[in-house]
Amino acid sequence: MIYLDNAATTKPCRECVKAVCEAMENNFGNASSLHKMGTSSINIINRTKQAVLKALALNGAPLDGEILFTSGATESSNTALFGLNLRAGSKIVTTKIEHPSVAKVIDRLEERGYNVVRLAPKDYPDFVGAIVDEVDENTSLVSCMAVNNETGFQNDVKQLYKMVKAKNPRTFVHIDAVQGFLKMPLDGDLISISGHKIHASKGIGALYIKKGVTLSPLLSGGGQQKNLRSGTEAVELIAGLEAAVKAYKFDFERFSALKERLLEGLSGIKDISVNSDDKCLPNIVNFSVRGVRSEIMLHSLEQHDICVSSGSACSKGKTSNVLAAFGVSDKDADCAIRVSMCAENTEQEITFLCEKIAETAKRIRR
Amino acid sequence: MKEIILAKYGEIALKGDNRNTFEDMLVKNIKRRLKKIGKFEYFRRQSTIYIEPLEDADIEQALESLKNVFGIGAIQRCAVFEKDFDVVAANVGEYLKPALENAKTFKVEAKRSDKSFPLKSPDIQQKLGDVVLDNFPHLGVDVHNPEVTVRLEIRDNGAYLSAQRIIGAGGMPVGSSGKALLMLSGGIDSPVAGYMMAKRGLVVDCIHYVSPPYTSERARMKVEKLCEEMTEFCGNIIFYCVPFTELQEAIRDNCPEEYFTVIMRRLMVKIANKVCKRDKYGAIITGESLAQVASQTLSALGCTNAAAEFPVFRPVIGMDKIEITEISRKIGTYDTSILPYEDCCTVFSPKHPRTRPSLEEIIAAESNFDFDKMIDEAVEKTEVKRFRYGEKTVFLE
Repeated sequence: MIYLDNAATTKPCRECVKAVCEAMENNFGNASSLHKMGTSSINIINRTKQAVLKALALNGAPLDGEILFTSGATESSNTALFGLNLRAGSKIVTTKIEHPSVAKVIDRLEERGYNVVRLAPKDYPDFVGAIVDEVDENTSLVSCMAVNNETGFQNDVKQLYKMVKAKNPRTFVHIDAVQGFLKMPLDGDLISISGHKIHASKGIGALYIKKGVTLSPLLSGGGQQKNLRSGTEAVELIAGLEAAVKAYKFDFERFSALKERLLEGLSGIKDISVNSDDKCLPNIVNFSVRGVRSEIMLHSLEQHDICVSSGSACSKGKTSNVLAAFGVSDKDADCAIRVSMCAENTEQEITFLCEKIAETAKRIRR
Repeated sequence: MKEIILAKYGEIALKGDNRNTFEDMLVKNIKRRLKKIGKFEYFRRQSTIYIEPLEDADIEQALESLKNVFGIGAIQRCAVFEKDFDVVAANVGEYLKPALENAKTFKVEAKRSDKSFPLKSPDIQQKLGDVVLDNFPHLGVDVHNPEVTVRLEIRDNGAYLSAQRIIGAGGMPVGSSGKALLMLSGGIDSPVAGYMMAKRGLVVDCIHYVSPPYTSERARMKVEKLCEEMTEFCGNIIFYCVPFTELQEAIRDNCPEEYFTVIMRRLMVKIANKVCKRDKYGAIITGESLAQVASQTLSALGCTNAAAEFPVFRPVIGMDKIEITEISRKIGTYDTSILPYEDCCTVFSPKHPRTRPSLEEIIAAESNFDFDKMIDEAVEKTEVKRFRYGEKTVFLE
């Protein structure tokens, strides 16, 4: 199997599997228990927090704040955006390329009377600058993703955070860093991350909360995690997250070489348009094979044991509005394929992929 | 107090000398279905099947399950007493309490098929009405639109008191008319067509055509889910899944585009012919509805029909989408039918299909290629799967 759908989910790494098993066998205590089994769970949780805080900044100084463990990025972003209790009627600045786990929450805030402005990258050469330009006295929130899941398009969110705060220190900044975590330095008041995109397991995610930012909880109950997220902490999955974070290495050069190999292979096929430009992170490449609908290409590649995506797997085959925000025409979006790589992918796999894409294009376009 | 279910015949009651065959089939179908619920005892008399729950078989569940058995006109839940009016009267208060305590109006219907019973039907009605009113003084009598109809039937083997009668599924017992092959696409219409023909007593098995990579595994699973849902009315279903990619590509490469769809439909029918011959089906069923799409115009249907070697039943031919949808919702296949997975009918569908093709044109268009070998291959490679009533094995999400 050639797995090239790592933006949808990744295979848990050995280190993660080992840590999860180890915790399940030996460290399964409830972190709220007063005995030593509880204490050892607390230790795992705290170690993971430190690891995540450090990893958020990548090579910079660890961020200052709190880590909240959640079931995944959807819960993290819901907790962040609903939990802020923004001023009634204030302005929210966001983008047209957000993942549904953010976009839908903001739609609901809009229904409650917030004034929402959504920007598309296709309209601005300097996208981060454009977002900052929209921030005014009345802006209570900026929510912007670090890396787009469909194209790999990246925003310098560290810079964004600095500029927004300079313009209006009372504006909160939320970053959906699901695809950006461990690949670029991050900063924000609230940052959502997910375990299963970085070779940890599904069912675990986290929300970074900058020191001084207060949220009201979505869940009520036993008051775990400083009353912000009731429910017994999934200590086994948290242990897995720690192991995955520590094991993760993003080899920019290697991905760049693989991307180059892919683009070279695609260039031999006529009528291909590449939707991920050279400013995008190299591990995600989106392109349209004109005249071959995404789904047909996907199933054809599947017959050769190659897994790719026809857009965002979370939206199950619906045409992507996100691609339109990058200036991709509806017709091209209908033929868009996303290849997303991980460290295990090889040049041979990419070569094989290109061969099979060429074959399919020839067969279908007849 | 002993409770029993009376399943009363629908159309079977009108049959003559061969009525027994139909009855046997109905009892067999009922037994097969109720076996999953518990132990029951059966006997037949006076156009009725008596179903008596044994041990702790759940009577509510049995009633629910019988609702969808074709051949039953009405289902009645009754308490059985000895044929003595005073005994019945003594039990009215207790047995009818759940049905009557919150009702406002009622009426009584009595039937005396045992003519040796001393009271005549009108007298029974009168007397029983009084007993009901004594027990439930809050009730009013309404002979035209009563909320609850209390029925007392004096039959050969007992007095049957009932306040619950359900309209049955009607039609003929599945299997009593033979068996037919339904061309199941995944849309709204074909499951409805299958349901309608099962109601006329046919065993309905399904044939479906897949074209990977043009169609996905999900699309096939969706159709399997539809089969599973159809077992509720049709009983067990055999599912034939035909690999159709090569044929579709051959059409694309060798025939004029404007005829693609009709030629495709004809090839599907030719494959169905072979399966019918091999596995002894007496007819082909389709969900075609006149004028719904380009391949369902009178001319196009004529061309498709000409490829058939068996009678083709098109029970929804005269219905519009709203009527078909209504039945689809009723039989519980609608939600699955509208799932957005593409079936092979839309693969290579021409931009401007010919809506009035003549058979001569079509035959000429087909003549560029010899499809027969591929048809045989497709039949040979057809996968077969069985769906049994009440078993849930397909999960789409």
